[in-house]
Amino acid sequence: MSKVLVVLETAGGKLRPHCLPGIAAAKQIADARGIPLHLLVLGADASAAAEIAAAGYGAATVHTIQDPALEPFTAEAWADAIVHATKTVGASVIGGTASSTLRDCLPRAAAVLDAPLCAEVVAVKSGDTFTRPISAGRALLDEKLSGEIVFFTARGSEFEPAAAGAAASVSAIDGVSVDTRGVEVVGIQKTQSSRPALTEADVVVSGGRGMREGPNFKVLEDLTDLLGGALGASRAATDAGMVPADLQVGQTGKIVAPNLYIAVAISGAIQHLAGMKGSKTIVAINKDAEAPIFQVADYGLVAKWEDALPRFVELVQARKS
Amino acid sequence: MTKILVTVKRIPDPDESLKFAGSELDLSSVKWVPNAFDEYAVETALRLAEDVNNKKSKLAEIIVLSICPQKQRQHMTQFLAMGADRGVIVDADDSELDTAAISKIIAKVAQDEGVDMVITGKLSQDNEGNQVGQRVAGLLGWPQACFAAEIDWDQSGNTLSVHREVDDGVEVKKLPLPAVVSVDLRVVLPTSVRNGVNPADHKFTDGPRLASLRGITMAKRKKVDVKTPSDLGVTNAGGESTVAVNKPPGRMAGQMIGSIEELVEKLATEAKVL
Ligand SMILES: Cc1cc2nc3c(=O)[nH]c(=O)nc-3n(C[C@H](O)[C@H](O)[C@H](O)COP(=O)(O)OP(=O)(O)OC[C@H]3O[C@@H](n4cnc5c(N)ncnc54)[C@H](O)[C@@H]3O)c2cc1C
Ligand SMILES: Nc1ncnc2c1ncn2[C@@H]1O[C@H](COP(=O)(O)O)[C@@H](O)[C@H]1O
Repeated sequence: MSKVLVVLETAGGKLRPHCLPGIAAAKQIADARGIPLHLLVLGADASAAAEIAAAGYGAATVHTIQDPALEPFTAEAWADAIVHATKTVGASVIGGTASSTLRDCLPRAAAVLDAPLCAEVVAVKSGDTFTRPISAGRALLDEKLSGEIVFFTARGSEFEPAAAGAAASVSAIDGVSVDTRGVEVVGIQKTQSSRPALTEADVVVSGGRGMREGPNFKVLEDLTDLLGGALGASRAATDAGMVPADLQVGQTGKIVAPNLYIAVAISGAIQHLAGMKGSKTIVAINKDAEAPIFQVADYGLVAKWEDALPRFVELVQARKS
Repeated sequence: MTKILVTVKRIPDPDESLKFAGSELDLSSVKWVPNAFDEYAVETALRLAEDVNNKKSKLAEIIVLSICPQKQRQHMTQFLAMGADRGVIVDADDSELDTAAISKIIAKVAQDEGVDMVITGKLSQDNEGNQVGQRVAGLLGWPQACFAAEIDWDQSGNTLSVHREVDDGVEVKKLPLPAVVSVDLRVVLPTSVRNGVNPADHKFTDGPRLASLRGITMAKRKKVDVKTPSDLGVTNAGGESTVAVNKPPGRMAGQMIGSIEELVEKLATEAKVL
């Protein structure tokens, strides 16, 4: 019988939380097709699998492929492993959360298996038809995939994280040859932050070009920390080096849908809107009353950040204490 | 000489609003423009190929490839005018082709041309597949570096070092050629591309270059081969089909607030988010 197989990411023997929405999307597809959900853990050691199996998430089996060449992540080795697992497990649907990892390796595996892939799924319409945004979120495409094997990546902000469910069994897949094709991961420069991840935060405070320079973000950071949120930025601010590139929100950056999104000195280009339009409450502060960001804002304030932000911080502080 | 194949696509102008006709997009009157990421890809290739101190010495030949209707090749002309050496057009309505077929066509041209690098955009701004580069690498069995923000070409070692923008930072990946690279936004910042020949402190101008008048004249004389998918042995498998295209639900109109005090008050009592 065919299966839905979710590719998971782990760190330090634990499941990375951003994988959970991908499991939830896969569960919907599995239910729509009436087939079981299976999980796949790749890495140098499979100890993480035990923790994942214990939580279950409604999967029948947690498969593992253990190989030193699978760490650090390379699309080359991971695609080899995913292709092998697909065949061994007999999976007909393969996917997971649309992280930079899976966006890198899943299309490669799909090409090897000559299978279609639906990227950034935001809704499961049926077992083979999924909705995804196109043209910077200005249209929603219902796309039908056909073939014996199909792939998907699910947009993390659009699915509730999967909840722990019945326990699954663990099964090792052996005899896989994975090949990094001569690549070498020289290192990863991680942005250190004590704040919650941008895509998981309840509150996001973003700054744009109008902040002018990096040190001016201090006042946004103060507000962010008071609200227990994450800091974001527009492309103009990241390109100018005011803040690290991985804080960029938008079509080419992070897609966020927090409870509260505060856009400061951001004009609201469609590429930026594509990354934050799904937020529950949107606040925009901009000195230009004509800025397009006000068209998506629930609350708009025409003001210079120099005037509004320090006072904003004071008022929130006063409420908290 | 090193050969670089750059894939380029035309898209409806993203600055114009979309028109819907029932549950389809109405593309009859759109203005077609080059995909921004493909402009960045061409600019990347030009920077890799350029010896700024010796304009006569070119380090690579740049071939631009587009799968598009033969007669609608303005984007191709623009890229030739920017400085690409020659073009290949695969004559087809690409909106009718699956991503799988597009990728097979690109892989086949890469093989036939015997290229050392394929450079693609990270994303087509209209279709937003974010998968063609990865697929081409898979089909060719080559290494890949997606979401490239900086590239160092070590010509003696025949390798690339690529800074890739990943979710939680920047990964540096070294890969032997031949390889596939997909480029992200920041690859066009002034010092993002280094070829070992230009001085380390050389700054290109910010963003993709504009075509010069001379470039525009020269473009008309550059060679463009036209092929069809069947010349390359590629057929559409029909794995993807469009059921409907809909307008997303709009947001409810918001309110303009007079002061920061009032804003904080409303966030606390009305929106209940503070
Ligand atoms: C292919 C492509 C992909 C892209 N992807 C993204 C993406 O993922 N994310 C993204 O954000 N952008 C993206 N962009 C860029 C996008 O088109 C815009 O250029 C960008 O979002 C603009 O950033 P901004 O709003 O900060 O700057 P601007 O548009 O310059 O706006 C600055 C704003 O600040 C206001 N301002 C100035 N001074 C003050 C002050 N003192 N107080 C208050 N307000 C002030 C101004 O009124 C203005 O509205 C992409 C573009 C392309 C071509
Ligand atoms: N029809 C096409 N012709 C040439 N290149 C294309 C075509 N479609 C996509 N590409 C390339 O693939 C990249 C990624 O596209 P996509 O996977 O659709 O987001 C684009 O930036 C282009 O470089």
